[in-house]
Amino acid sequence: MSDQAIQPVEVTPPGEDPKKGTRGKIWQALLVPALAVLTGLLIGAIAILAVGENPLEAYGALFAGSFGTPDRFIEGFQTYFASGDTSKLLRAIYPITESLVATTPYIFAALSVALGFRCGLFNIGAEGQVLMGALCSAYIGYSITGLPAFVHLPLAILAGAAGGAVWGMIPGYLKARFGAHEVVNTIMMNWIAFKLSDWLLKGPMQASGSRPVTPNVEATAELPRFFPDPLRLNWGFVLALAVAWLVYWFLFKTTLGFEIRSVGASPDAAKYAGMNVTRNFVLVMAIAGGLAGLAGTAQVLGVDHWVGQGFSSGYGFDSIALALLGKSHPFGVVLSALLFGFLRSGATRMQSMAGIPIDIISIIQGLIVIFIAAPAIIRWIYRIRAIPVSDEAMRTRGWGG
Amino acid sequence: MCTCFLVYLATSPLEHAVTANTTTDLQQPPLAVEMRGIVKRFPGVLANDHVNFELRAGEIHALLGENGAGKSTLMNILAGLYKQDAGTIKVKGKTLEFSSPRDAIKAGIGMVHQHFMLVPSQTVTENILLGLDEPRFLMRLQEYDKKIADLGDKYGLKVDPRTKIWQLSVGEQQRVELLKMLYRGADVLVMDEPTAVLAPQEIEGLFETLHSMVAQGKSVIFISHKLNEVASIADRVSVLRRGKVTASGVPAKGVSRQELASMMVGREVALAVDKKPKTPGEIILDVKDVHAENDKGLPCLRGLSLHVRAGEIVGIAGVAGNGQVELSQVIAGLRPCKKGQALLNGKKVSNRDTRYGIEHGMSYVPEDRTHVGSSPNLSVTDNVIMKNYRKPPISKGSMLDMSAATKFAQELKEAYDIIVPTVNTPVRLLSGGNLQRVILAREISGHPNFMVAVQPTRGLDVGAIEGVHRLLLTQREADAAVLLISEELEELIALSDRIYVIYEGRMMGEIKVEGAEPDKTLMDAIGLMMTGTPLEQIHMEGAPTHG
Repeated sequence: MSDQAIQPVEVTPPGEDPKKGTRGKIWQALLVPALAVLTGLLIGAIAILAVGENPLEAYGALFAGSFGTPDRFIEGFQTYFASGDTSKLLRAIYPITESLVATTPYIFAALSVALGFRCGLFNIGAEGQVLMGALCSAYIGYSITGLPAFVHLPLAILAGAAGGAVWGMIPGYLKARFGAHEVVNTIMMNWIAFKLSDWLLKGPMQASGSRPVTPNVEATAELPRFFPDPLRLNWGFVLALAVAWLVYWFLFKTTLGFEIRSVGASPDAAKYAGMNVTRNFVLVMAIAGGLAGLAGTAQVLGVDHWVGQGFSSGYGFDSIALALLGKSHPFGVVLSALLFGFLRSGATRMQSMAGIPIDIISIIQGLIVIFIAAPAIIRWIYRIRAIPVSDEAMRTRGWGG
Repeated sequence: MCTCFLVYLATSPLEHAVTANTTTDLQQPPLAVEMRGIVKRFPGVLANDHVNFELRAGEIHALLGENGAGKSTLMNILAGLYKQDAGTIKVKGKTLEFSSPRDAIKAGIGMVHQHFMLVPSQTVTENILLGLDEPRFLMRLQEYDKKIADLGDKYGLKVDPRTKIWQLSVGEQQRVELLKMLYRGADVLVMDEPTAVLAPQEIEGLFETLHSMVAQGKSVIFISHKLNEVASIADRVSVLRRGKVTASGVPAKGVSRQELASMMVGREVALAVDKKPKTPGEIILDVKDVHAENDKGLPCLRGLSLHVRAGEIVGIAGVAGNGQVELSQVIAGLRPCKKGQALLNGKKVSNRDTRYGIEHGMSYVPEDRTHVGSSPNLSVTDNVIMKNYRKPPISKGSMLDMSAATKFAQELKEAYDIIVPTVNTPVRLLSGGNLQRVILAREISGHPNFMVAVQPTRGLDVGAIEGVHRLLLTQREADAAVLLISEELEELIALSDRIYVIYEGRMMGEIKVEGAEPDKTLMDAIGLMMTGTPLEQIHMEGAPTHG
């Protein structure tokens, strides 16, 4: 059965036709995720109907919440051109900027998980790494004073990356040296991070007062914002896009990236080809940790300016879904992070405007993830022929791998 | 009825066989299976093009063909796994429609797949009962253990029913698969390349079993692409090429290997290799008193010493699992060497970074092509640069030049006849022969001065084997030292200048090969050494020895 079943593909593999070029390939890659989102929204509509609300109204509010409303834009522009007053225009773009603010940590954290997947590692520890990144950035941000911004800000960013990197490197080293499975160890590192932060926030890092929060970071350590308050969009978003591009470049254009992809695709083949598999495990876990750490950094230095209990609110766990949704490709990850960022940010508005519980969004997100994880469902619903060629998304092996 | 026995032949030299056959047809037993005009189409491929196939009751019928010729497709249709697009299947004279493997089993057709479908953590009995409605409710397995033991005795399939599958050798697991089918009442047994996974003695055991089953009224379809097996096991042979029948029900005795080979491949195939006399040069690989442990931590190499000179092919003979693979891994730096050392050009390569050997002219064709020799999900390009991606022109500094890599892959694709739509295709979509060409292309393109090849032709078809042999000989011509580890004795004798025989990680002796024809005394001597008799204790006549 084996060789014959494969035979037809060998002759005409769809999606590999050189004439079709990259555009066809990108379209093929986007088709299933796009349909998954659509199907998720459709089934979400049924859920909204079931709780007795109007799905059109709900999705209208969701859209308004994530993108804004056209009449506000028109009003904003009119006032701006009439009087030069930007306040109304700023109010019009507020929803979009908030969506981008919500997207930023998602990009970093999902890049972290995606990089791990590329090397065959399942980094469940992004949550803890985000927290460690936030704490380190916050510490450098508030404890050092009197530095100019061009020194203080990079220092605080690097501190966050380093904090996450250490948190990722430890399970990486344990896997490389002792064969300890990274899933178990990253989960354990999450708990250590949670409890450590609890202690730090009630002790050494606590600001004066009784609340378990850190002091505000110095203004010199803040990521500059683009607009006046209350718009919180800042350079963190740009940094996230730049880092996504950097990860792409690293993975696909450098020899080290090739090694990482080879190790992820088949550690035995990589070892046989003379690559140092264990070193790559440590390296990738450290970089992945650093990326997740930057999610915390961007949130602290760009948005909150302090760290409190319950800081991360699940970025690390959502990022696993995002990496899958983005097929572990940095650009795919950016798109999926945008999707989740806009859904999350719009959901708040949907809750207040249409009275739809915010949990509906969790249901929709869950459905999307299920459809991405089991693309056969989508192919079956929409009668799409299977593409067995560019199926590179998930390469992590199971337990004991 | 008589027309059913018509023999379809593609080549004329066989016509005498036809006439010889038709005279005896009248006394032949009835047909167990008759497939007529079977058509099966896959997207882009006509896998079976009006194929007729018939199996007589009580015969062993070999179905020959290269990989992708359509033989597995045909048998999967018979086993109810695929549905034919056109054509009829008759079993014992009755036309049947199979919509699932269950229907086929009910009709008495049982298929043993190349990859076993057994649960490793369960016992033999549990595996055999899996999927059946017995026992009902209470797991009284003792009586089933006995039933299965009796069934095994009846057909010479000795397996302890209470053993767990993971404790069994591959040959024993195959017996379990056979028992599974017999227990379900199969009369027709389809064996999909059953010898591909077996050691030589296990093959003999299997052949005995098949003969005893046939003697007791079962019929066997034996899918293979190995010509020598067909001659020794089958009563009749059918050959498929590109979905079409090129020989149907030819008596196995009346046809030569050469004729079968050309019917399979569609052209003349050089079965004998053309090895020119050559004087070996310097010692390239020197293995001195190497000791190593296997994956279970048990000693597998116990003081092995050997050497390979430039411009010679040295074979390692031995039954699978006697340390051959571990030896190659020690040389490649992939397995720790407990004592002794392996030297390449006078420099130590054992217990050293694998990369060191690669950078000093070692190339390695591993046994497991799909998971060690290549990375299945990566493209042809990614796979061919896996060993030279750190060097120009593939990379500049730490930057990868993908256009140079693609160009390199394209060149190899042309030079080594790798059949693949584009070099971006993942190698898991390649056939075994093509994949081996990708690996050999990569290994040879590094201009090695030493190559170790482990089972380089296992599972390949005749045409592909010919190509691999030619490539190994060009390495010899190019003054490289080649260490060839193989379980195919004929291949070793045909290609090697010298052969070492190892048994349980010890050297049993060294034999110099003169002339490419397998000689009986030589074969017997190697056979004895492979089962643990050192060369000094064998009294050979004729075959020159040294060492």
